[in-house]
Amino acid sequence: MNRQLTIEQTLSKQLKDAKSFPPFSVGDTIDVHYKIIEGDKERIQVFQGVLIAQKGRGVNATITVRRIVANEGVERIFPLHSPRLSKIDVVRRADARRAKLYYLRERTGKSRRLRDQRRGLKGLEAALAATDTVAAEAPAAETAPKGEGKKKATKD
Amino acid sequence: MPAAAILGKKIGMTRWFMEDGTNIPVTVIEAGPCVVTQVKTTATDGYAAVQLAFDDAKARTSTQPVIGHDAKAGSAPKRVHRELRLENDKDAEGFTLGQAVTVSALDGIKFVDVTGQSKGKGFQGTMVRWNFKGMCASHGTERKHRSPGSIGGGGTDRGVGPKLKKGKKMSGHMGDERVTVRSLDVVSIDTDKNLLVVKGAVPGASDGYLFIKTPTRLYKRKARTQAGK
Repeated sequence: MNRQLTIEQTLSKQLKDAKSFPPFSVGDTIDVHYKIIEGDKERIQVFQGVLIAQKGRGVNATITVRRIVANEGVERIFPLHSPRLSKIDVVRRADARRAKLYYLRERTGKSRRLRDQRRGLKGLEAALAATDTVAAEAPAAETAPKGEGKKKATKD
Repeated sequence: MPAAAILGKKIGMTRWFMEDGTNIPVTVIEAGPCVVTQVKTTATDGYAAVQLAFDDAKARTSTQPVIGHDAKAGSAPKRVHRELRLENDKDAEGFTLGQAVTVSALDGIKFVDVTGQSKGKGFQGTMVRWNFKGMCASHGTERKHRSPGSIGGGGTDRGVGPKLKKGKKMSGHMGDERVTVRSLDVVSIDTDKNLLVVKGAVPGASDGYLFIKTPTRLYKRKARTQAGK
């Protein structure tokens, strides 16, 4: 039995559906809704920042989000399949020509910004609509228009 | 609770998300199915035990004694055979020759002991092998930074003769020995795929054989958890 495959199968129940996230990629500014448990109370904290790295596969997949708080860079690594990560919203899409944007750590001021993706949020909305139709027509997923959104969704 | 055991193979480690959102390191083990190849009783062997066998071996590479022994249980020759000691003959009555033992034997069990052959580390010095501190980095120390220091003068430990106490911790071969990790939490059992997920690491490399049994003695904290279930 293939070892890696067996592990993946074991954990398949732990994985979130690929469609539970909007299509996002490195360079995007995203809102990460993360559940914080204080005693027996639970609240959702939103961490907004630039997605600078995606790592790991399967249940080990993580995202690294960087933001500036009080002139100090803060990076948080979220396990993508954690039950505490309830939602991801894409705020702004940007062009990234690297898979890992660690060079942003050295940047200050205006050079910290990334170039907006030409299609901007308009493209994102279309992509989201595409995933919605895919979700709605689950059996007919094969016939769904092979647009940008679907491609991204399956990749993520 | 009568003792239960199963043979398995280490598949690898990964992470596991608990319901409250925390995640823990886990080891995935392919556990069973095993075959009971011998049931020992006080009448026949002087003690009660059950022998389990796991993992098919090619008949061509198996020896005649193994082929014959496993054939008695109506099974093809197996690669690993391990014995689970039982308290009395009454426990042994629960097992019959040729009976299949699957991971469901561990159903409802919270903790297990896992035994395996640890990874070989080769010849190691005392710092790696026994966590000795070594010597000073400075203060005039020369060429002795990782040495064990004095190993005892004439007869200090034994009282007589110029010999060291037996078992003195020194450099030597490390690893590749039988190691038991006690009281590991059982995280999940998959009876369809014969998989067992335990919290933490188990001895040996992936694909190594493991012997998993109900714990002989739990650590205090875990014993409390079990008592208060």
